[in-house]
Amino acid sequence: MSLLEVKGLEVSYGGIVAVRGIHLAVEQGELVALIGANGAGKTTTLKALAGMLRPSSGSVHFDGHAITREPSHRLLPRGIALVPEGRGVFARLTVRENLEMGAYIRHDRAAVKADMARVLELFPRLHERRAQVAGTLSGGEQQMLAIGRALMGRPRLLLLDEPSMGLAPMMVQKIFEVIRMISAEGVTVLLVEQNASLALQAANRGYVMESGAITLTDSAAALLASAQVRQAYLGE
Amino acid sequence: MDIFLQQLINGLTLGSVYAVVALGYTMVYGIIQLINFAHGEVVMIGGMVALWTIGALAGSAGLPPTVVVLAGVASAVPVCMLLGWSIERAAYRPLRGAPRLAPLITAIGISIILQNVALMIFSRNPLPFPQILPNPVFEVAGATISLVQIIIIATCLLLMGGLTLLVYRTRLGMAMRATSENPAVAGLMGIPIDRVISTTFVIGAGLGAVAGVLNGLYYGIVHYTFGAMLGLKAFCAAVLGGIGNMAGAMLGGILLGVVEALGTGYIGEMTDLCHVGFLSTALAERCARDGHVVLFGSNYQDVFAFLVLIVVLVFRPSGLLGERVSDRA
Repeated sequence: MSLLEVKGLEVSYGGIVAVRGIHLAVEQGELVALIGANGAGKTTTLKALAGMLRPSSGSVHFDGHAITREPSHRLLPRGIALVPEGRGVFARLTVRENLEMGAYIRHDRAAVKADMARVLELFPRLHERRAQVAGTLSGGEQQMLAIGRALMGRPRLLLLDEPSMGLAPMMVQKIFEVIRMISAEGVTVLLVEQNASLALQAANRGYVMESGAITLTDSAAALLASAQVRQAYLGE
Repeated sequence: MDIFLQQLINGLTLGSVYAVVALGYTMVYGIIQLINFAHGEVVMIGGMVALWTIGALAGSAGLPPTVVVLAGVASAVPVCMLLGWSIERAAYRPLRGAPRLAPLITAIGISIILQNVALMIFSRNPLPFPQILPNPVFEVAGATISLVQIIIIATCLLLMGGLTLLVYRTRLGMAMRATSENPAVAGLMGIPIDRVISTTFVIGAGLGAVAGVLNGLYYGIVHYTFGAMLGLKAFCAAVLGGIGNMAGAMLGGILLGVVEALGTGYIGEMTDLCHVGFLSTALAERCARDGHVVLFGSNYQDVFAFLVLIVVLVFRPSGLLGERVSDRA
């Protein structure tokens, strides 16, 4: 059984059906990309998986348990963390406090401390700025902080929503390096990206979403080679 | 007697009560951007409940007055906490997704309901608040400070310190700060948002209950309308300090108390037309006869809070400490 299994998920958002009964599955340890144009329903899908939106129908199973209508605060304890679109860092809290927030549900203090050290090692920029309030960080630094914060909850499944959005190319490279590293360490990743080529280069498999439906799914390599994808999403 | 020092002491007393009530407004605003206009009524009900308890216990002999007053506080706090919790649960939570005006109007409605319920339960008349604490008066550099004033200031400082520790040093406080900044993301961190919001109301109401008792002790009288005026002034204090900002509420409350007391102390002298008696012979005659022709007397006490509110809204709408940290997206 897959780690994450989504069946017939339908989500309405502001009166419109944004996600129309999609099926998708993510296996333990995989890095799966969900690509598609702006407004295709990718973010809505992630929000529904993270409990921020209530699906109108369909089911979501995580590790064999139904989590379809679980509110978001119950999902991190189960092992699902979302790095939301636009980062969502706590601007008035310091970098360190933001990371501590990520470990809010944990009580194993020593391990939290060790994870904090590991995250600060992974992102030396955050280490330099650990006492600064997060609102003063650059966009890329905030993205690192948002990812680091999600890691502090020791998720089994990491949902990433548009991690490259609005970042300088150098920073995008750096963020993707980190995503590969996290995946290599065994964390399962579901990645939503508009930058299809980068996402597919990092991923094992991919889904293509169009106006609320999944239109194509294959291995990342096959999608990268597919004429349809190249034309629609890689600008060729 | 030194009027300035005396009014400063009175102002600090008033102001520390305003500060504690203002914290109730600012905490709720900080977390759900709602001005909980029913908060003043919660304060009033705290005073009323304490009055009942103190009245009942003061009759039975044997209990030392301190214990009786503490029992008053101990009865008012849980009643108000339950009230604060119920208000949020029944009136505001169903409107969580609604436009901001809806809960605001609901808050005004709750305030009117509570005031009228209090009128029915307690009395339409001002009730004497038993002055059972010994109240010696101490002389300080030409002014006086009473024991009750000292108790009020000390209690308020203690509450403010305790709340600051709670918000900045505990897990609950961390959850409150995160929720106040971004409830959706706080939820992603595993924080049960609804419970944090409830807790915020409960804490604010508990602080309000203590403020209501202190207010009764100070003025020796409670009336079902006293919460409305106290609440409005505390709201002005919260805006003065920067609504949503806790340090701002404390600073704003104390400043407002001092401004009000000094204003009240000097308004008579400052609006004495005899300073400009030379302008008219009729006026000069009256001045010669009465000594003073005062335009505004100390009965204008309540004006100052609202003057301050207007000045703040015109010149610094974000309040003294209410700066906004920009979050770069």
